[in-house]
Amino acid sequence: MELRTTLGTLADPHSPVEPLELRNLPASRLTEDLRTMVRIRQAEAAVGDMVESGEAKCPCHLGIGQEAVAVGICGALTARDRLYGGHRAHSQYIALGGDLTAMFAEILGKQTGASKGMGGSMHLYAPETGFHGSVPIVAGTVPVAVGAALAAKMDGSDIVAVPVFGDGACEEGGVHEALNMASIMKLPVVFVVENNLYSSHLDINLRQPFDSVARFAQAHGIESEVVDGNDVVATRLAMDRLVARARAGEGPGFLEAVTYRWRGHVGHREDIDVGVRRSSDEVAAWRARDPIRRLVDALISRKDMSEGEFNAMTTHVQGEVDSAVEAARQADYPPVKALIDMVYAHAAGGR
Amino acid sequence: MAEMSYADGILEGFRYLLATYPKCFTIGQGLWSPWYVGTTMKDLDKEFGKERVIDTPVSELATTGAAIGASLHGYRPIVIHPRMDFMLLASDPIVNQAAKWRHMLGGAVSPAVTIRSIINRGGEQGAQHSQALHAWYAHIPGLRVVMPATPADARDLLISATLCDDPVIYIDDRWCYEWTDDVGPIEEQPLEVQGPRVLRQGEDVTIAAAGYSTRLALDAAEALAASGLSAEVIDVRVLNPFDPEPIVRSVEKTGRFAAIDGGWSTCGFSAELLATVAEKVAPQKLKAPSVRITLPDAPAPTSKALEDVYYPDDRLIAERLRALAA
Ligand SMILES: Cc1ncc(C[n+]2csc(CCOP(=O)(O)OP(=O)(O)O)c2C)c(N)n1
Ligand SMILES: [Mg+2]
Repeated sequence: MELRTTLGTLADPHSPVEPLELRNLPASRLTEDLRTMVRIRQAEAAVGDMVESGEAKCPCHLGIGQEAVAVGICGALTARDRLYGGHRAHSQYIALGGDLTAMFAEILGKQTGASKGMGGSMHLYAPETGFHGSVPIVAGTVPVAVGAALAAKMDGSDIVAVPVFGDGACEEGGVHEALNMASIMKLPVVFVVENNLYSSHLDINLRQPFDSVARFAQAHGIESEVVDGNDVVATRLAMDRLVARARAGEGPGFLEAVTYRWRGHVGHREDIDVGVRRSSDEVAAWRARDPIRRLVDALISRKDMSEGEFNAMTTHVQGEVDSAVEAARQADYPPVKALIDMVYAHAAGGR
Repeated sequence: MAEMSYADGILEGFRYLLATYPKCFTIGQGLWSPWYVGTTMKDLDKEFGKERVIDTPVSELATTGAAIGASLHGYRPIVIHPRMDFMLLASDPIVNQAAKWRHMLGGAVSPAVTIRSIINRGGEQGAQHSQALHAWYAHIPGLRVVMPATPADARDLLISATLCDDPVIYIDDRWCYEWTDDVGPIEEQPLEVQGPRVLRQGEDVTIAAAGYSTRLALDAAEALAASGLSAEVIDVRVLNPFDPEPIVRSVEKTGRFAAIDGGWSTCGFSAELLATVAEKVAPQKLKAPSVRITLPDAPAPTSKALEDVYYPDDRLIAERLRALAA
């Protein structure tokens, strides 16, 4: 099979990576970004453990290895912006500041969950942070986010809407309709694709003629950027540029962040549900491009941080995660009446 | 006769079709994956080649539309939607195109496509990964809709559907996959002559259902028998075009009717079944108002606490039927 790559080294885990360029960004901010990436990784690892032990039953899609994308894009947003996620959205929820206990409680089906225990891992909701919902119908939120941008524009606000979706989602017709509409209506929306080079078991070369999806933005006259999604700084700076344009009324943007998921498509395993052509060698090579380690190394070499400080951060975050899991375990299940009470805004005639 | 599971019945149906008919092919998401669609299509790509067992991009609309197009030019495609929820993205090709082309273009066009849709619910999967929308499709003139309940039907209705000159929606249910039964050799049967079948004879109450609900009906009949009540179970099998006669005959005998259905009540398939009884059975032959057992009119929840009450279980069904039969 002939591989047609326009991503080049970005998609080739065996090509050497340059050390992260920190671009004079302040240590305080980068350390916070690092902490958030660690929080995402450890929270997701905890979810993986809960899946493995059978405690979590709902389908859980882990983005371990992809943390820099969520942290990079969410750093460019405010709580007034409107982000919509897909099935693999824990990372964006956490990056926007979503409550950890509420996430675990949601996964365990508890009434203190982010969606009151009605949705599980694939349906999170934390509008106070800018996270306006995630759903597992692939590409389902892309046109919805365009509508959120339309509302923001009609309001005369400077709010930006951000649908986050995958390379696989780009194969759904709705994405292309949404891109065209956002472009012609000049809407304040930044489309973010986490291109992890897989859609469940098929790598992108088995599904698309090219491995980069930014070509779809170009076809619709939308400003696009392609970045190393395992580089939190590059992702953040590109997102900053696209969000600034959208806020200023200059129209939509499209960010393609190239990354890789370490686990299988769904669940905790690394060896099943991965990709029919995925090799352990490929996974090992991508692990060497660990977005967290790369940031730590850069911070250490700039003397912003020591290995000891990083370890202390990791231990501290693990404490947060552990207590959030414990609090979620203690919470109650939703009352049975929630099943019917939540169907409509107002129940008629007591029914 | 050989013992066969429902999942193996589906697999055997595919193997027979692909081996016997060079113009048959299958297309959809997950067909090259050992982790998808259960074991029902296991290794078909290795046996018959990736040209005839085609895995696709995440493009339900294009996949389904393309299969319809190929069916107009001599092929017998079987489209796979690993979940009924995802098939909604292919609504136009199914409802506006496949269902209509013969009639609206003067009768000579045959969109002879089979669309396999899998009901996959439970396991805290939630609202977008649970739906049983058979009633929607059965509402559309021009679509034939079948729901196998037994291992034999899992195999044989797939074969009948694929050989049929009309578009057929074939709906299987993952909750059925492990059931086993003695199954005879394959005999091709035209789909047009298939219809509801009495799976168990009884005198006190008639229960009609399709797919997994038929299994619930058989279990309920067993539970009722323990209480000295005898239930007749009718497996609907073909939801559209729907033949009401076997149900009418049965209810005229028993005087009591219950429908069990895995969809919602309002405008659901159970409504069609009850309408049949209301329209065609003389009121004086009915000893009690008919009953339907369905999902509550709510999207599927995830939380275990709610899932437990969402799907009707054996105990609840037996209780409602005992009240009806008493
Ligand atoms: C409409 C629809 N079709 C198919 C699926 C099954 N499905 C769930 S996730 C997924 C892969 C999507 O890949 P991508 O968009 O690249 O996201 P990733 O999983 O890589 O994060 C598929 C095919 C679905 N949920 N919805
Ligand atoms: Mg992907």
